[in-house]
Amino acid sequence: MQKITRDVLVEKAVSLLENGTVANVLGWRKGEFDYDITPAVFTDKADIEANFVWNDFCGANFSKYLVQKTRKLEGKILVFLKPCDTYSFNQLLTEHRFDREKVYAVGVSCEGMVDIDKIKAIAGDGISKIVCGEMIEVSTVYSDEVIKIDAKDVLEGRCESCKSKKHVAYDELLGEEGDVIDSNRFDEVAKLEAMTPDERFAFWQEQLSKCIRCNACRDICPACTCENCVFNNPNSGVENKAAANSFEEKMFHIIRAFHVAGRCTDCGECSRVCPQNIPLHLLNRKFIKDMDSFYGEYQAGAEVGSRAPLVNYTTEDVEPCDVFEGGNE
Amino acid sequence: MNARNEALIPHIAVITDVRLDTPDIKTFRVVTPDGKKAFDHRPGQCAMLSIPGVGEAMFSITSSPTNTEYMEFSIKKCGCVTEWLHQAEVGQQITIRGPYGNPFPVDTEFAGKNLLFIAGGVALAPLRSVINYVRHYKDRYGKIDIVYGARSKEDLLQYKEIMEEWVNDEGVTVHLTIDREQPEWDGHVGFVPNYVKELGFDTDKTVILCGPPIMIKFTLAGLTELGFEKKQVYTTLELKMKCAIGKCGRCNVGSKYVCKDGPVFRLDELDELPNEY
Amino acid sequence: MFKCSMESLNSVFAKISANAELYIPADNCDGKAVYTKWAEGVELSNQLNTVKSPKDFFFPQVEDMMAFKVEGKNIELIDIRKAQEDFVVFGVRACDVKAFEVLDNVFLVDPVDSYYAERREHGIIISVACGRPSETCFCQTFGIDAANPGGDITVWYADGNAYWQSNTEKGEKLLASLGLESCDSAAVDAEKAKIANIMKKLPLAELKADAFGGGKTMELFNRPEWKALSESCLGCGTCTFVCPTCQCYDVKEFNTGKGVVRFRCWDSCMYSDFTKCAHGNPRLSQVERFRQRFMHKLVYYPENNNGLFGCVGCGRCLAKCPISMNIVKVMKTLGGNA
Repeated sequence: MQKITRDVLVEKAVSLLENGTVANVLGWRKGEFDYDITPAVFTDKADIEANFVWNDFCGANFSKYLVQKTRKLEGKILVFLKPCDTYSFNQLLTEHRFDREKVYAVGVSCEGMVDIDKIKAIAGDGISKIVCGEMIEVSTVYSDEVIKIDAKDVLEGRCESCKSKKHVAYDELLGEEGDVIDSNRFDEVAKLEAMTPDERFAFWQEQLSKCIRCNACRDICPACTCENCVFNNPNSGVENKAAANSFEEKMFHIIRAFHVAGRCTDCGECSRVCPQNIPLHLLNRKFIKDMDSFYGEYQAGAEVGSRAPLVNYTTEDVEPCDVFEGGNE
Repeated sequence: MNARNEALIPHIAVITDVRLDTPDIKTFRVVTPDGKKAFDHRPGQCAMLSIPGVGEAMFSITSSPTNTEYMEFSIKKCGCVTEWLHQAEVGQQITIRGPYGNPFPVDTEFAGKNLLFIAGGVALAPLRSVINYVRHYKDRYGKIDIVYGARSKEDLLQYKEIMEEWVNDEGVTVHLTIDREQPEWDGHVGFVPNYVKELGFDTDKTVILCGPPIMIKFTLAGLTELGFEKKQVYTTLELKMKCAIGKCGRCNVGSKYVCKDGPVFRLDELDELPNEY
Repeated sequence: MFKCSMESLNSVFAKISANAELYIPADNCDGKAVYTKWAEGVELSNQLNTVKSPKDFFFPQVEDMMAFKVEGKNIELIDIRKAQEDFVVFGVRACDVKAFEVLDNVFLVDPVDSYYAERREHGIIISVACGRPSETCFCQTFGIDAANPGGDITVWYADGNAYWQSNTEKGEKLLASLGLESCDSAAVDAEKAKIANIMKKLPLAELKADAFGGGKTMELFNRPEWKALSESCLGCGTCTFVCPTCQCYDVKEFNTGKGVVRFRCWDSCMYSDFTKCAHGNPRLSQVERFRQRFMHKLVYYPENNNGLFGCVGCGRCLAKCPISMNIVKVMKTLGGNA
C-alpha cells in the first residue's frame, strides 16, 4: 500500500552512509515472517540491502530510540520518520531529550500501517506469506488459495483515525508531503463521554483488568523518557512488577496518563504494543480533547519549543471550576 | 503455623542482644520466642530474616554451629531491611527461615589442612562462623592464619573477640591491618591484598577468601603470584534473593543458584560461571 | 477411547463443572481467548491458544502467601490460605502441557514450593490436540508432539466429534464419570496423521535446538551477537509474562493498615531492578538482562534438567513482543540455522 518503495529508502540509506553524512541507520529489520519487523541500527550497506524493510508493517516509531542511541552510538544517525513519528520527534526535542545535531531525519510518506491481528482474523493462523499492496495477498499453510484483503480494511486502529500525513520535522523528505487531517480521532472519546459514569467505570474496569503490568506501553511511549521511572523505584511500593490488584493496574495507567498529558502526541504506540489489546490511547486522547476544549487546540510536537497548555499559564485559562464541570458531564 | 516445615513460611524469632560492632555494623543475637536456637546450621550457611512490612533479606549466620544456644548475625546498614534492623531493640520479634545454601566443606576438604582466612570489612561475618568452628575443633586442622583488614580500627568487626580469644589460641595466627594510619594503632597499615603478599604464605594452605569484589580480585592476583591455585581458594557470594530455595530466579548465575548451589564456591568453579555476581 | 459430538461438548462441560470448577478458553471482549470459568453460556473459543498461558492456574500472577499481625515488638504469623478445591482446565495445548513439566522441575524439587504443589495436586489438565497450528508454533523443535499433547486427559477434535482419552489415574476417573460413548481410535489416528503433516509445513518446522543445551554456557554467553539481538529490546516484561515457563517471582509486602500481607508476584529478568541489590547490580544493561532470559531457557535450564529445554515453542513471545524480537530469532542467530 505504501506509495514510496523500499528501494528508495534503501538507496537513500546507503548513499547517506557512503557519503559519510551518517554512520548509523535506524530502520526496520526483516523478521522471521513477513510481518514481524524489529527496529534496528544498520551500519553497513550489505546488511541494509539484505535486511532493511519498508512495508505496511513498519509501525514502529523510532523517535524514542534516539534518546539512547544518540548517547551510545558514534557518529550521526539517520532516522526514518513517518508523519506521526515526526510529532514525537519534535516533542522530544522540545523536552531536550536528544541532540538534534546527531540526527539526520528523513521523512517518509505513509499510507497507513496494517494490523497483523486483523489480517489473521480474516485469513486465519498459519500464515506462510504476505505480499503488501492495495490488496494484501496472504498465503497460509492450510490452503493453496491466496487470500486477498483490502489493506484499508485491516489498518491499525490508530491509522484509521490518522491525524496527519504532514511531516512536522525532517532534514529531507521522501515521497509526497501530505496535510494535517481533520480526523475523527475524538469520536471514540465522545463515545466514552456519552456513557454514564457507571458504564464508563465498567468499561475501564474490564479493559484495565486485562493489564499484566508488562510495562510495554510505558517502555515504548516516546513521552515516557524519565531516566528512572517512579514505577522502577523499588521503594515506591509500585515498582514494575505484576500488578498486585486491579487498583494498582488502574493507578499505573492513570498516573501515566496524567504524566504524559500535554506531551502525548497521540502516536498510538501504547495501544499498538499492548499484548492485552487495551485501548490505552483513549486515556491520553481524552486528555487531549479536554485540553483542546479548555485551552484551545494544541497539538503536542507540532512545533519544537511550543508550550503545552498545562505548563503555560495565561489569563484566558479556563477556571478550575469549569474544568471540574467538564470532567463531570 | 509451619507444622509442615514449608520452605517459604518463616518462624517467629526474637532479638535478645544487639551489639554495635563498628559504626555501621551491628551484631544481633536471635532465638525462638521460647529461647532456643531456631535451627541447626553448618558453617557458611545463611538465613532469611524479615521484618513484616519492611522486607525479607538473606544474611550469613555469623555464629558457629558449635553454639547450640543462639544464632548471631552481623549486619551492615545498607538497605531498608538492614536500616530497620539497626534501630531495632532487644525484645523485637522478627521472622527467620533457613538454613540455606551449602556450607564450607569443613569436615571434608578442609579436614587436616592448614587454613588461611582472608577477609575485608563486613566480610568477616560469614567467615567468623567457619573460624570459630575450626577453632572449636582445632585438632582436626593444621595451622590457622587469619588475615583481616578494614578501613580503620573502629571498622574491624568482632575486634573484642579477636583480641580476647582468637589471638590467644595456640596454632592460630591473626594478622590485622587497617587502610590508613591512625593513633593508638601499632599494627599493620595497608590494604589486604598487599598485606597477603607481604606475609608471603606457603602454598600448603586452603584459602577462605571473602570481601568486596575489588579486594577479591587483587588478593587473588597476589595469591597466584605466591603460587596458589584457584582450586585451593573458597569464597562465598552474595546476590539479591527472594525465595532462598532456587525458584524465584534472582540469584541465578549460569546454571547455578547462589542460594542453593552456593553461596560457597571454589574459585575454579566460579571460573566456569558467567561473571554476573 | 470415548467420544462426544462437538454440539454436546457443553453438556460435558456441565457435567465436569458439577463436581469441580472448570476453566475453558473463551473469547473476551476483544475476541482474544482467555481461560474463563465455565458456566452456562460461556462458549469455547475457536482460537488456537490463549494470550496468557495457563501457568496462572498453578503459579498465579499474584498470590497472597501469608499475613502478619504486628503489635509493638511482637509478630504473629497468620496462615491465610484457603483449602484448595479440585479444578479442571480444559483446552490446554501440547506446548502448555509440557510447560507444566518445566515448572514442576522448579517448584516441585526439594524444597518443594507447597503453594504450587497444592494446586498441582488438585488440578486436572484436559489437553486438546492442535488441528490448526500457527506459523508462530515451534513446539516440535523441542520434541513436543502437538498431536499427542498429554495431560490427564487428551481430546482430539475430528469429523465433528471430540475424542477423549485418559492418560493418568486422575484423568481416567474423571473420564469414567462423564458417561461418554466408547469408540475406536480410527478418527483420532487420521487426525494425528493430518497434524503430523501440517507440522511439517509450518515455517519454523526446520528450527533446531542442537546448538543449545547444557554445557554450552561459556561458549554462548560470550557470543558478540547478543549486543545486536538486544539492541532494541524495550526491557518490558511482555515476553516473560506471556511465557508459559517463565517462573521468576518477587516477594513483596503490603501493609493493609490492619496487618501486613506478604505476597508474591511474577517478576521479569528483563526488568532493570531484577538483580539490583544494596551492593550494586550484576546485570547493568539490557544486553545482560536480555541474554539472561534466553541463556536460562536454552542453556541453564537444560543443564539442570537432563537436557529438557526451558522453552516449549508456544510462540506467544513471537506474537506479542512489541519489537518482534524473540527466542526464534535468537536461536537462528546463535545457532546458525537461519
